Amino acid sequence: MISRRDFLQASVAASAIVGASGFGNWGRLAAQQSLTQDQLLDFDTYGNVTLIHVTDIHGQLKPIWFREPEINIGMGEYRGQVPHITGADFRRAYGIEDQSRSHYALTYDDFQALGQAYGKMGGLDRVATVVNQIRAARPDALLLDGGDTWHGSYTCYQTQGQDMVNAMNKLRPDAMTFHWEFTLGSDRVREIVGDLPFAALGANVFDAEWDEPAEDFAPFKMFETGGVKVAVIGQAFPYMPIANPGWMFPEYSFGIREERMQAVVDEVRTAGAELVVCLSHNGFDVDKKMASRVDGIDVILSGHTHDALPEPALVGETIIVASGSNGKFVSRVDLDVRDGRMMGFRHKLIPIFSDVIAPDADMAASIDAERAPFANQLGEVIGTVADDTLLYRRGNFNGSWDDLICQALIEERDADISLSPGVRWGPSLMPGENITREDIWNVTSMTYGKAYRTEMTGEFIHTVMEDVADNLCNADPYYQQGGDMVRVGGMGYRIEVDQPIGSRITDMTLLSTGEAIDPAKSYQVAGWASVNPDTEGPQIWDVVESYIARQGTVSVPPNTSVSVVSG
Amino acid sequence: MKLNRRDMIVLTAGASVAALLPVASSAQEAVDAIIAEFTGGAEMGAEGLTLTTPEIAENGNTVPVEVDAPGAASILVLASGNPTPKVATFTFGPMAGAQFASTRIRLAGTQDVVAIAKMQDGSFVRASREVKVTIGGCGG
Repeated sequence: MISRRDFLQASVAASAIVGASGFGNWGRLAAQQSLTQDQLLDFDTYGNVTLIHVTDIHGQLKPIWFREPEINIGMGEYRGQVPHITGADFRRAYGIEDQSRSHYALTYDDFQALGQAYGKMGGLDRVATVVNQIRAARPDALLLDGGDTWHGSYTCYQTQGQDMVNAMNKLRPDAMTFHWEFTLGSDRVREIVGDLPFAALGANVFDAEWDEPAEDFAPFKMFETGGVKVAVIGQAFPYMPIANPGWMFPEYSFGIREERMQAVVDEVRTAGAELVVCLSHNGFDVDKKMASRVDGIDVILSGHTHDALPEPALVGETIIVASGSNGKFVSRVDLDVRDGRMMGFRHKLIPIFSDVIAPDADMAASIDAERAPFANQLGEVIGTVADDTLLYRRGNFNGSWDDLICQALIEERDADISLSPGVRWGPSLMPGENITREDIWNVTSMTYGKAYRTEMTGEFIHTVMEDVADNLCNADPYYQQGGDMVRVGGMGYRIEVDQPIGSRITDMTLLSTGEAIDPAKSYQVAGWASVNPDTEGPQIWDVVESYIARQGTVSVPPNTSVSVVSG
Repeated sequence: MKLNRRDMIVLTAGASVAALLPVASSAQEAVDAIIAEFTGGAEMGAEGLTLTTPEIAENGNTVPVEVDAPGAASILVLASGNPTPKVATFTFGPMAGAQFASTRIRLAGTQDVVAIAKMQDGSFVRASREVKVTIGGCGG
């Protein structure tokens, strides 16, 4: 008898070799410039259960440019494993042809040229078309939203997330979990969740005072689909009060809570679940580790670290699906569940090429209606990207958007050194494009965006750098927070990622003078996104807008001030 | 980035401890001495004691810690990196329904939390977990 593990391995092998995921195909078709919506969505419906996964949309209702990372270092045993390969290595690993659409969608290089050829990606109206088509094939497919949905744009900020709530409600998800949503403040989150027409899940959301499961978020929901009992367990971002301002949601405690996850899996199995799905905002490596230590999860739909993978990763008997960010991708997973167990799967990471997939008219009209009251604000042109500059963020260290923001902080706030958070959201802008107010908000919008200015000693700056570096570089993913390294302006440094905390950061240099940072000396430091409640200063988007308006055309030279040593 | 004076003081203290190895090793000696006093120098097993802590503390001033050791007579809890490592000893009488305790402790910085259970047969079990205390901020 063929074991379940054999089935799963055969499924992974099939998607890798014959392109059951459709992946090899869309690379080739795209190279022939003949890609159609039907080909993108082509899927031989399989088994008896279908999951649709979207995650980390970050408020992006319209198609965007989004360059994937050039540097994405894996630590310890995760080095060289997906998602920690980029560029040509990533393409080789998945058999993606150079210059194909999949090259453009999934890797960073030649982004400008390929972008001109293949167009913007995403748009929730295109996502709606994809979801509708999957539902036409499998009416009871489960649509699951991994969170970071009600955050990340001008309209999302102005409406306190309502624009995204309205748009997503039209998509009719079945369940959702959370991260940045909590930065709307717990009152607002409870207000929205109270009216949500689908399940708000978080098995690891606890009452901070009593350290018991919070009543506002169910740990799981049981669905009946295709004659199968499917349990969907939510796992919210574990490090909410550490990576984001805990004072905004003081009632809640989070954490990975591996034992709790095992207990909930056992509970749903006992209750008759034949398929156990974890809708996770852990981040990919945390999900891999959790899958290796918690028994009984069939599928982890992984969010937070913004990785887009053409195939699921197999850990033991758990498949982990990563569906990208900013609306660029939708994952479809069809599962064969028999005799109370998952026996095989078919998967496709569907790229939302906005020029190929037709917008759903109903959703498009709703999005336009959400944006209409803010049209003048959104569309105002503040400046232009220079022809020699691509503005992007994603990557373990400074992106050009971050360099621009850091330079704006130094000049507008008269600082020696600037710090900008290592978040992974924020679309790209092409050389020569206008920079609108919406574009600036897309990379800065948050509910704690005030730009502080303070004195720090060289020693303290080093401590901050080491602390953040350990959140990225700790060899144990349970001790990582899933963001990237803090972006630094006005100061160069060297980082040896494999060293222990306290020994990674050396050669800190003040770029304006070329002198070494003096541990005892105080420096003027400007930054934003402090997790402290009493932060004072102008909003970061106003600082950046003022800087860009003064510059007119913004050119960002290549960043040569960070020296990364690994391996 | 969380940048208040209190953290700065705590972190500066942490940094100076790390820099002065003799102090660090004497802190380890203090922990070893407390353990030796509790166990009488007996060997410690690794199975039968569950120590539950967060991987990263949400607030270093109040870190939830649980110990669970069925059949234990008492459980010692240590914060190995605190100036005073000894946190608590939970003693379970013969009528106790469960040998389980939950409390919150304060951690001066990133360190191992250590628990040692003395079982009713006189044997000992040790468990240890690293808890990271971080400045926070900048999360993705």
